[in-house]
Amino acid sequence: MAMDVYLFYLLGAVAIAASVLVVGQRNPMYSVLLLIVSFMALAGLYVLLNAPFLAVTQIIIYGGAIMVLFLFVVMLLNVPREDPARLFGGSGTRRFGVALAVALAIELTWALRRLGAIGLRGELPDVSSVRLIGRVLFTDYRFAFEATSVLILVALVGAIVMARKES
Amino acid sequence: MNASVIAHLVLILVVFTCLLLSAAAMVYMERKVAAALQQRYGPYLVGPKGLMQPFADVIKLMFKEELRPKASDALLFAIAPMLSAAAAFAAFAVVPFGAETTLFGLLREPIELGVADVNVALLVIFAVTSMGIYGIVLAGWSSNSKYSLLGALRSSAQMISYELSYGLAIAAIVMMAGSLSLRQVVDGQAGYWLHVIPRWNVFPQIVGFFIFMCAGVAETNRAPFDFPEAEQELVAGYHTEYSSMSFAMFFLAEYINMVTVSAVATDLYLGGWHGPFLPLSLGWLWFLAKAFVLLFFYVWMRWTLPRYRYDQLMAFGWKFLLPLAVVNLLVTAGVVVYLG
Amino acid sequence: MVTFNSYLVLSAILFSIGTAGVFLRRNIITLLLSIEIMLNAVNLTFVAAGRFLGTVDGQIIVFFVMTVAAAEAAVGLAIVIALFRHRETLNPDAFTSLRW
Repeated sequence: MAMDVYLFYLLGAVAIAASVLVVGQRNPMYSVLLLIVSFMALAGLYVLLNAPFLAVTQIIIYGGAIMVLFLFVVMLLNVPREDPARLFGGSGTRRFGVALAVALAIELTWALRRLGAIGLRGELPDVSSVRLIGRVLFTDYRFAFEATSVLILVALVGAIVMARKES
Repeated sequence: MNASVIAHLVLILVVFTCLLLSAAAMVYMERKVAAALQQRYGPYLVGPKGLMQPFADVIKLMFKEELRPKASDALLFAIAPMLSAAAAFAAFAVVPFGAETTLFGLLREPIELGVADVNVALLVIFAVTSMGIYGIVLAGWSSNSKYSLLGALRSSAQMISYELSYGLAIAAIVMMAGSLSLRQVVDGQAGYWLHVIPRWNVFPQIVGFFIFMCAGVAETNRAPFDFPEAEQELVAGYHTEYSSMSFAMFFLAEYINMVTVSAVATDLYLGGWHGPFLPLSLGWLWFLAKAFVLLFFYVWMRWTLPRYRYDQLMAFGWKFLLPLAVVNLLVTAGVVVYLG
Repeated sequence: MVTFNSYLVLSAILFSIGTAGVFLRRNIITLLLSIEIMLNAVNLTFVAAGRFLGTVDGQIIVFFVMTVAAAEAAVGLAIVIALFRHRETLNPDAFTSLRW
């Protein structure tokens, strides 16, 4: 097996293990930190997929900004730990939810297995160039790009309005 | 293993050791310069001219007792300083500091001075620095002390705010160089305008340089922006509860971050290893000299300027530096397009 | 050689973990984190698809997803803070009335 196969399984395993722990963790602080580990593993996978620019962006945006925001809120609210007794016991809807999630996983895996192996056919074009990404982003996707800026503005105003103390 | 792999491993070790030593040298310089500015002697007892003082400090720290507050989170309390130090060291990995050299004919094939040459080096530095925040935030939270928490909150708010201006200042350079690779940015600064003025980015990008240095000082939490550890208000900020080697790691991280920011500024704005008089293979001497000047500037500023107030810092970052960086970026973009 | 299928399976597993989190957990912050996991699973699919089709479009869509995720996190966390201020709890079951 080649190096990239090992790396794929290693990073995939880290991503899955960290994500499982995020969900299975009762301390929100640890959840946030484990999610960062998961994002790092995904960034590694992006490098394997010949998208180094995206990998770094993933770390800067998710690791450096979004998760810091989460950490901030967890720290500031001094979030209480979830009540352990009520986690896995309890309501029927929750058991139903677990069953649905497992069903979804099985269904997805089954559907994907039926696809048949789509391997690499010959040499793939190099799609890692920042220049290329920039060109496509600002030509083919210019409307989406501008629309995103409006979205961010809305989010900015919305966040401030909601987090403000009512007078 | 062939010779170039061994050469690279040796290079990595040398860079690591030099970073450690540079932190020690910075501590010494800081104390000496501070003393000179305040008309005292500074350290002079340990070793000739007090040169061994940093090593005495390290030994002292090593033999101190490691204390941990009872209500702290044991795991995160231990991880936080390691994260800080690791991020500080890792950022330097993509900083090149010299042209190809055979080290006076020692090696058969020339090697490039720099641990790793990544084609998105600038973004990697950015990413690794933003990981450094976690060390500080976790230290503040896990200590379970109000001073630590306040220090951590301040520092992360400050670092996130100034990262924007930092990034925009770098973006202007990226546009001029047309590359995210630090080595290519440096190589674009070789030569002279009109045979006299070196083609360093600092001349066309003087505003960018100013923004970069301000944001760099804020990112590294140094005076006059040293709120996270404002002694008079917060005891020692996020590392109030730390002692012994874990404190030493924060200390180390702070100084190495300074070295990294200076090294990156040298590469981005001051032409890296390009300079008159010396051949390119000795260019790393120029690099060291320029980085040293910037580091001296850091120390000089700390002992000259008083600390800002926290709201002043935020206002400066968001209302002055960020708009300035945006304007700088737009003007640079216009000029780059105009000149083709 | 890692096939496209392997990436899709990995992505499916991550997505299911995220879904399970949304169903299982009774803490709004963890719910938001689970949504981030799901978004990232989708991102992985996009990048892998872009890679195996040989276009950059997959990567560009991921940029948009990241932007939306950032906006979602900002607004979501603002709501969390507002809710916590009123109820002193993060259990979504406690928020049953539309007004208070």
